[in-house]
Amino acid sequence: MREASRDKLKAFLTLLPSMILIGVFVYGFIGNTIWTSMTDWGGMGALALEPEKNFIGLENYIDLFTGFLGGGFRQDLVNAVYYSVLLLAGAVGLGMFIAILLDQKPRGEDVLRTIFLYPMSLSFIVSGTIWRWLLAPQGGVNVLPTYFGFKPLTFSWLSSQSATLVFNWQDLLRILIYIAAFVLILVGLFLLRKDQGRAIKRWLVPGILLGAFVWLFGGIIPDALFMEEEHGFNLATLGIIMATIWQYSGYTMALYLAGFNGISQDLRDAAMLDGASQFGYYRFVAIPMLKPITISAVIILSHISLKMFDLIFAMTGPDNAETGHPALTMYLTTFRANDFARGAAIAIVLFLIAAMFIVPYLVGQYRQRGRR
Amino acid sequence: MKNAFAKLMIVFAAALLIGAPQAVQASDLKGDLEIFSWWAGDEGPALAALIDIYKKENPGVNVINATVTGGSGVNAKAVLKTRMLGGEPPDSFQVHAGQELIGTWVKADRMEDLTPLFKEMGWMEVFPEGLIKLIGTDKGIWSVPVNIHRSNVMWYVPANLKKWGVEAPKTWDDFFAAADKLKAAGVTPLALAQNWTANHLWESVALASMGADNWDALWAGKLPFDSAEGVKAWELFGKVLQYTNADASSLSWQQATDMVLDGRAAFNIMGDWAAGYMTTTKKLVPGEGYGWIASPGTTGEFMFLADSFGLPKGAPHRDNAIAWLKVLGSKEGSDTFNPLKGSISARTDTDLSKYNGYLQSAAADFGKDRVVGSLAHGVAANETFMGGFATIMEMFLKTKSPDAAAKACAQLAKKSGI
Repeated sequence: MREASRDKLKAFLTLLPSMILIGVFVYGFIGNTIWTSMTDWGGMGALALEPEKNFIGLENYIDLFTGFLGGGFRQDLVNAVYYSVLLLAGAVGLGMFIAILLDQKPRGEDVLRTIFLYPMSLSFIVSGTIWRWLLAPQGGVNVLPTYFGFKPLTFSWLSSQSATLVFNWQDLLRILIYIAAFVLILVGLFLLRKDQGRAIKRWLVPGILLGAFVWLFGGIIPDALFMEEEHGFNLATLGIIMATIWQYSGYTMALYLAGFNGISQDLRDAAMLDGASQFGYYRFVAIPMLKPITISAVIILSHISLKMFDLIFAMTGPDNAETGHPALTMYLTTFRANDFARGAAIAIVLFLIAAMFIVPYLVGQYRQRGRR
Repeated sequence: MKNAFAKLMIVFAAALLIGAPQAVQASDLKGDLEIFSWWAGDEGPALAALIDIYKKENPGVNVINATVTGGSGVNAKAVLKTRMLGGEPPDSFQVHAGQELIGTWVKADRMEDLTPLFKEMGWMEVFPEGLIKLIGTDKGIWSVPVNIHRSNVMWYVPANLKKWGVEAPKTWDDFFAAADKLKAAGVTPLALAQNWTANHLWESVALASMGADNWDALWAGKLPFDSAEGVKAWELFGKVLQYTNADASSLSWQQATDMVLDGRAAFNIMGDWAAGYMTTTKKLVPGEGYGWIASPGTTGEFMFLADSFGLPKGAPHRDNAIAWLKVLGSKEGSDTFNPLKGSISARTDTDLSKYNGYLQSAAADFGKDRVVGSLAHGVAANETFMGGFATIMEMFLKTKSPDAAAKACAQLAKKSGI
């Protein structure tokens, strides 16, 4: 018993320095940023030795989401959502596809693996510059057809000004409730087979009611803004999404390939013996077994897409509503416009979104371990 | 011990004796001088020439050239801010003259007043009075201007214009008339590049739309941005935008200039560093290879911006920094630097024979035109306004709503204390 407690003490003392350092430099600074975001630090005397800071509560946040000057930020936020969704779908899907192809053990598999993984070793600034040239309006991809005697393309990958899936920010609350209703119904349908009564009572009925309520009485719900403001999926972001997928699909490929190799040959043989096709094997055996890998890929990629900065900076520059990103806006607000409080508020918004991805994962992991 | 002390004294005396004659030839300043700027690449040689002059006068000083690259100082300014906030200022740093310095560092009480230096060197007489007003406040003068750039210039290729049968427009109405003709011929009337060049275009258009008096009133807080004049400026700007290229946001300003030189576009409005680019990099002769005119509606007005150096409070080597500022303001320094940088001297007694054709015409205009401050390059408004204005420009490029943009500007002006 004594021996054990001494070991515990030793372990604690060994961990203590890093606990203190992380406590100060991670959590302390997060706390400080939250505090800064609730002050009015900015404007004329922002850079004085002792700048004047007053507590103003959530005003910065309210301003960002509903203020007149926050329109750029809101578009950036919408862009970030599209970046995340498309990057996840693209990089995970393409990575998995390449991994499955390489899992067939073609000749020179190791060379191919290196080739596919290589883009990840480039810095975003370098690959961003290359892709900017490739996607330039009068160069790169657009002149490719001329080598085969066709007319050049005119698609402006990085500077298109048209948008699809446009919605009005005024309707934000309504849209959020729709999404909530959709999620409720989805969960309900998912649970329908397991526990019919509970699924209907807890999930399906509230979901349908909520959706119907907004559909019928949406007018009661207040507008988020006093004027129309349209945001959507800008076609100019396509180029950036392509570059990111190119850079990160090799990484997910490596993750999946390692997973596929970890599955024992016996299992595969057994599946084949039972008459599974190649497709069936991957669909019903291999990919479900790699769920942890999929989850970690999603988490890593989602936080990469949330802090995307240098790639956009290199490809389309800092002031570009079509392809903006909250991380860029945060930097420019803080260090160019000297508006430290608002910059901190943007940082906290990004932090909360990232937490939305990661906290459920951590909780799930923790519970799993507790069960064991 | 005593012996050692005596020896030390002898060495010290000897050092003084040897050192004394040198001090007669050059200054006896010692130690380091750290100069913080964003001049690299094309602008590097001009800075190097200035440092050479300084080193000749002050051989004892070790000059540290701390350059942080990046167009118009985006990266340098962020580095500078972290250094200043961390209590580690450089000895002297580059800054756009005007409100960008005053609204940021002077308001924060981080700069030293340079009025005594201006008086001692007789600079009050050699710099134009209007300029001194723009780089100073009622509390002092805050920076030494090294050069003057003009922002409201329209560039074209004379031979191309002759081919298309149009003339360089004096007003925006002339431009619109010519533009329709050009569009019919398949030529982009006005080449535009990424967003900051839209800010640049906006200031020329707004100046033409409201006139110099209103422009000054705007920045003095006497004319609201959402007044009729303010909205009209945005309306005209929106109309001008219809004649620009659609792929603007992915081009650099050099690429937009190239469009004019290649004959893909007819005109481009850019600061006169474009003249430096066309003369030095493209080897064109001013007046033949390229032509220029004040941007439409602004004839007789000189929208200026200036690079300048200031003296932060608590500079570690203050004396060295003051010697550096003296070089910058001197006639020799100015006339060495500017022909290389492609800008004109801020001094009225400049030696014009050292400058090329374009710069001579700009210097002549600077002497007689109404001088107003540029917004896009830091003279007219502080950094809070400039940062917010970039966002408003993004919004406008998307929504094209003059009313919303003018209202947003008014709000921003309130927030940034204009």
